[in-house]
Amino acid sequence: MYDKYLIVGEVFKNVEQGGQVTGFQLGLRLPYYRGVVLSLVGEMVIKVDGEQVPVGDMSVTVGGKTLPVSQLENEPVAKWEFGEVGILTVKKPGGLKPGEHKVEFSQHMLISYVPTGFWGHDEKTLHLAA
Amino acid sequence: MTIKRGVSLYSFQEEYFLRKMSLEDILATVAKLGIQGVEIIPDQMIPGYPVITDEFAKRWHGWMDKYGLTPVCIDMFLDWNKFKGRVMSDDERRDSITRDILNANKLGCTVIRVIHDVSPAILEPLAPIAEKNNVKLALEIHAPSYYTSPLEQELMAMFDRVKSPYLCFTLDLGVFCKKLPRVVVQRFVRDGMKQEIADYLETAYNDGTLPHDNELGKRSSNLGDIVLSMGGREQDVMLAYMGTHMIYADSSVLPQYIPYTSHIHGKFYEMLPDYTEYSVPYDEFMPILLKGGYDGYIDSEYEGNRWIQDAFEVDSTEQVRRHHVMLKRLLGEA
Repeated sequence: MYDKYLIVGEVFKNVEQGGQVTGFQLGLRLPYYRGVVLSLVGEMVIKVDGEQVPVGDMSVTVGGKTLPVSQLENEPVAKWEFGEVGILTVKKPGGLKPGEHKVEFSQHMLISYVPTGFWGHDEKTLHLAA
Repeated sequence: MTIKRGVSLYSFQEEYFLRKMSLEDILATVAKLGIQGVEIIPDQMIPGYPVITDEFAKRWHGWMDKYGLTPVCIDMFLDWNKFKGRVMSDDERRDSITRDILNANKLGCTVIRVIHDVSPAILEPLAPIAEKNNVKLALEIHAPSYYTSPLEQELMAMFDRVKSPYLCFTLDLGVFCKKLPRVVVQRFVRDGMKQEIADYLETAYNDGTLPHDNELGKRSSNLGDIVLSMGGREQDVMLAYMGTHMIYADSSVLPQYIPYTSHIHGKFYEMLPDYTEYSVPYDEFMPILLKGGYDGYIDSEYEGNRWIQDAFEVDSTEQVRRHHVMLKRLLGEA
């Protein structure tokens, strides 16, 4: 559910640290009808121009808190609220080139009453401003 | 004995998700539609739940006063898998539900919709604290389960033994889904399912030959095989499971279960311009609920949004408005 709203392109941009471009950011929503604690946010698959981003290079900011995606499973209190646009930061020295990029996002939700959980999926072509 | 009309704010989730409507906007709309009762999924529209701050509670009660609404029900979830590498113990589960009871009381709600996968052994010891807080624990009967399903029968036995009015059922009217919602079938096709598979699922559902089990959370083993044998994809199997779990249960047995039922979800998928529901025949079972003396709220629960949102603008307000025009007619209020 909510698949077509999962990738939020408005915040798609390269990020700089100390004068260096260190990676890029985009906005994500979860494919579910309530807010959940972060440990219920299962596997997150992001591909940019067909290339999958390593889990270790991703962190997510929700509710003012930033966590490596690999650590979400250890967080049973902090929540990703319903409809909240989380900011995904991907480590990529030099960032992405200006122009169009195809972004694909698949998100597994570990919801207890659904035996195997379920996936949401969105893909969008986003424009990165120069 | 009266049947009162309410709405689960779940019905307005699309507009809230997209931040087109705030919680207060939705409550103002509910009041404008002439609906009395309010049900909320706290995890959906109360950020930070299960913490309900005094400030939020004050605002909530202020809105109830301002818009002349009655808080009725919260819908709880039991995230027993939220701790890495283990499931919650029984005590942790009871603690989680106890917190919901206190929160329901804080919001002025007198019912909790208890998620269906809570066992009788978890619920039974909670009766005293539920009573103390005047909050009924109403476990949801939701398709494909019905009163006659195994867990529900175990609960009935426990209810009969304990005899507490605070342990009871919520009935989701999606158990009386006579036709597969066309919004579901149309979505199957938009998502790339072959037309003949979608047609098969619709026809087989409507004539009662679609294989499925009568317990929520369990899967018919051969529905997936059928979809694959017709040339379906893996995602078609998933779609078939997600989209056809409704049932058309026997409403004639309702009278014997009404005394155990304290709350009702008025599930609907598509209200038509003529104020009928495309797939759920309210005309068939509403007279049974009235005659059987059901005493409580029917809270609208619009669930068509998720099936049309890929291609159409969702208008939750209009769908809920039509649902209440229908309910008023069937309740003799119109």
